[in-house]
Amino acid sequence: MGILKRPGKAALLAGGLAAAVGLTAGAANAADEVVMAVPTFLTGAGAPAFGVPARNGAEVIIEAINKGKLPAPYDKSGKGLAGRQIKAVIYDESGGGVKQVAEFRNKVQKQGVDLFVGYISSGTCAAITPVAEELKMLTIFPICGTPRIFEEINKNPKYVFRTMGHATADGVAEALYVKANMPDVKGYTGINQNYAWGQDSWRDFDLAMKQLMPNVPASDKAQWPKIFSGQYGAEISALMLSKEPLVHSSLWGGDLEAFIFQGAARGLFRKKKLLFSVADTSVYRLGKKAPAGAILGARGPYGIFAAGVDTPLNNWFRKVYQDRYSVPPVGGSYQAAQGVLAAKYAYDAAAKANGGKFPSTDQVIAALEGATYQGLAAKVHMNRSNGHQAATKHMIGVLEWDKEAGGPIMTKVTEFGPDCVMPPPGVNGTEWLKGGMKGAKC
Amino acid sequence: MRYVDKTVVGLSIAFVVLLFADFFMAEWMRFIGLQSLARGAVALGLLVLWRTGLVSFGHALYFGIGAYAAAMLTLVGYHDAFFLVLAGTLASGLLAFLLGFLLRRYRAIFFALLNMAFSMILYGVIVKTEELGSTDGFSVLTPTFLGYAPQGEAVQTTLFLFTLVFTYIVTVGVHLYLKTTLGGMSMAVRENEIRVEYLGYSAEKVIHVKYVFSGLVAGFGGAIMALAIGQVDPDSMANWNVSGEFVFITILSGIGNVGATYIGALVFELIRTYAFEYAPQVWQFILGGSLLAIIMFLPDGIWSLIDRLRKSEG
Repeated sequence: MGILKRPGKAALLAGGLAAAVGLTAGAANAADEVVMAVPTFLTGAGAPAFGVPARNGAEVIIEAINKGKLPAPYDKSGKGLAGRQIKAVIYDESGGGVKQVAEFRNKVQKQGVDLFVGYISSGTCAAITPVAEELKMLTIFPICGTPRIFEEINKNPKYVFRTMGHATADGVAEALYVKANMPDVKGYTGINQNYAWGQDSWRDFDLAMKQLMPNVPASDKAQWPKIFSGQYGAEISALMLSKEPLVHSSLWGGDLEAFIFQGAARGLFRKKKLLFSVADTSVYRLGKKAPAGAILGARGPYGIFAAGVDTPLNNWFRKVYQDRYSVPPVGGSYQAAQGVLAAKYAYDAAAKANGGKFPSTDQVIAALEGATYQGLAAKVHMNRSNGHQAATKHMIGVLEWDKEAGGPIMTKVTEFGPDCVMPPPGVNGTEWLKGGMKGAKC
Repeated sequence: MRYVDKTVVGLSIAFVVLLFADFFMAEWMRFIGLQSLARGAVALGLLVLWRTGLVSFGHALYFGIGAYAAAMLTLVGYHDAFFLVLAGTLASGLLAFLLGFLLRRYRAIFFALLNMAFSMILYGVIVKTEELGSTDGFSVLTPTFLGYAPQGEAVQTTLFLFTLVFTYIVTVGVHLYLKTTLGGMSMAVRENEIRVEYLGYSAEKVIHVKYVFSGLVAGFGGAIMALAIGQVDPDSMANWNVSGEFVFITILSGIGNVGATYIGALVFELIRTYAFEYAPQVWQFILGGSLLAIIMFLPDGIWSLIDRLRKSEG
């Protein structure tokens, strides 16, 4: 029994593991701060055009909240969230659902996060929703677009909120725009990423078109590249050969820019009319290379569409953002900021209802459910999915290059009300579209 | 006492320590522990092959099959962890058995890349299957344990216990197998295959058995991972860079001892967790840098530290 006299390897093995177990101390956060995790794409194809502007937007707002410098209507609500400073934990969203779920648990259990405001990709949001509910963690999705979050994955959410409209709103607004501006269109095809967001975007646009323009045929050869693939040679060839003149695309971020570069080189935008759901993020980055004449949206009244919104809050945001990052804020920046504002609104409102004392998570949730608060560019109505899903107005326009100003400009902009493009409360988006969009107030 | 050696004793001590630690561990540490056990199991499979001189760049195939088999069974209403993990393990083992007939004929880079090719076929199939959520994957509901349905923190505590018991059995089993004649054949095959054949053994059969073994444990790891995280997706379960992570862990651990793979997996998880926390924009560099450092300064992995220590003692 030499083992017992000189344990050597055996003890080292056990000791190493035991030492690891010793790391049992949780995170120690100061009692007077709120730890807000902000996951967004910091690396990979989602980062430059979307994740980083979103982070910048969130940072600008968080800083202003902590200093108590937000303009009206938030100018009288004091510093921080219900008086407590925000400690932002900004981290990378890349790596897929499994990695993000693991990281979510890590942030909750290891770093003592109080709430999450973030996630861009529909794939991540779909993966996070069940675990956020399981861990009872207040989670505000500012961006991701798949309607499945509250229609399939969790129909009765308690801890998860989304502070902007979803893909159904985009599809309906786009179809309404096409009907009004291209009444003679001979057909449409699409290029969308083969994951929740791309699939849902195409489905909802297609369903809305079938209702609004039933005689216009859809292509059965719509293209489905993989997310973050970055190479669209084959897809562009197929689109060039298709007979449909209108191409619907919900590509975003780096994928979108790669597609624009590759498509422009091959003359795709001279041959086809493009309709982009989320292209505003790239209009400043690409400058003159952005395809003028394309129909585009920003998934709501954000980014370039908000350039003319003359309120103290919006003017302040645009100026601070432009000064700091030398580019105007894009859709992602607005949307992330809007998510943080939801937290600001909810904590302050809950504290007020709580007699000025710092509210519990349940009280914050109660304050946000069904609320209407002021976003940067428009009012946000949390009035869908039991008050957890937002509806806002929507805007679509045509991109042109303004020679005099030397910058991109939106022309022929049409505005749609929130109750025109979002399904009514309690109604499943797909069924609403198939049933002829009953109850839409346009 | 023929089967009890230092490794078995060490593993048993670690097992008992962790068994009790389960109830006191911080939640995040338990979660990292669970992932380390799952990844360590796959690395254990690679270790068995590695000792035979074979490196696989495609074991995400078996990890992915294990994970998806368990996850898909939850979609059709099965929730018992015992059944799910068994099914995932066997599904991977079966696939390894079938592919083994082809792969056992290849060595070196051809073996490594053929494995990768097969794993990327699985990846492609999952990505193209909308019913399985394409690149998004889908959520896996909380498992039950022979009728016991834990809630809240108890879910992870129970799953950790469950995983620990099976990992212990599997690891001791692999260790004992490696001590048998057939198991010991590893090095012989690596060093001189022709001689092995002249001794009357079939090198291909030896490799085939080891390959099935590695498939089984990788499937086990995958199924555990699916249940631990509660989500499966192709990029984290079946992509080639996941295979790369397993090779990384194996290099990190060294192939000196079966227990080393779990320590390697734990170190890997900790590096990743802290790199991610403190350097959210450059965490990949830190991970890559640490692999480089290991290869340069500890070419035989973490386990060689222990060997060195023992030499200096003796």
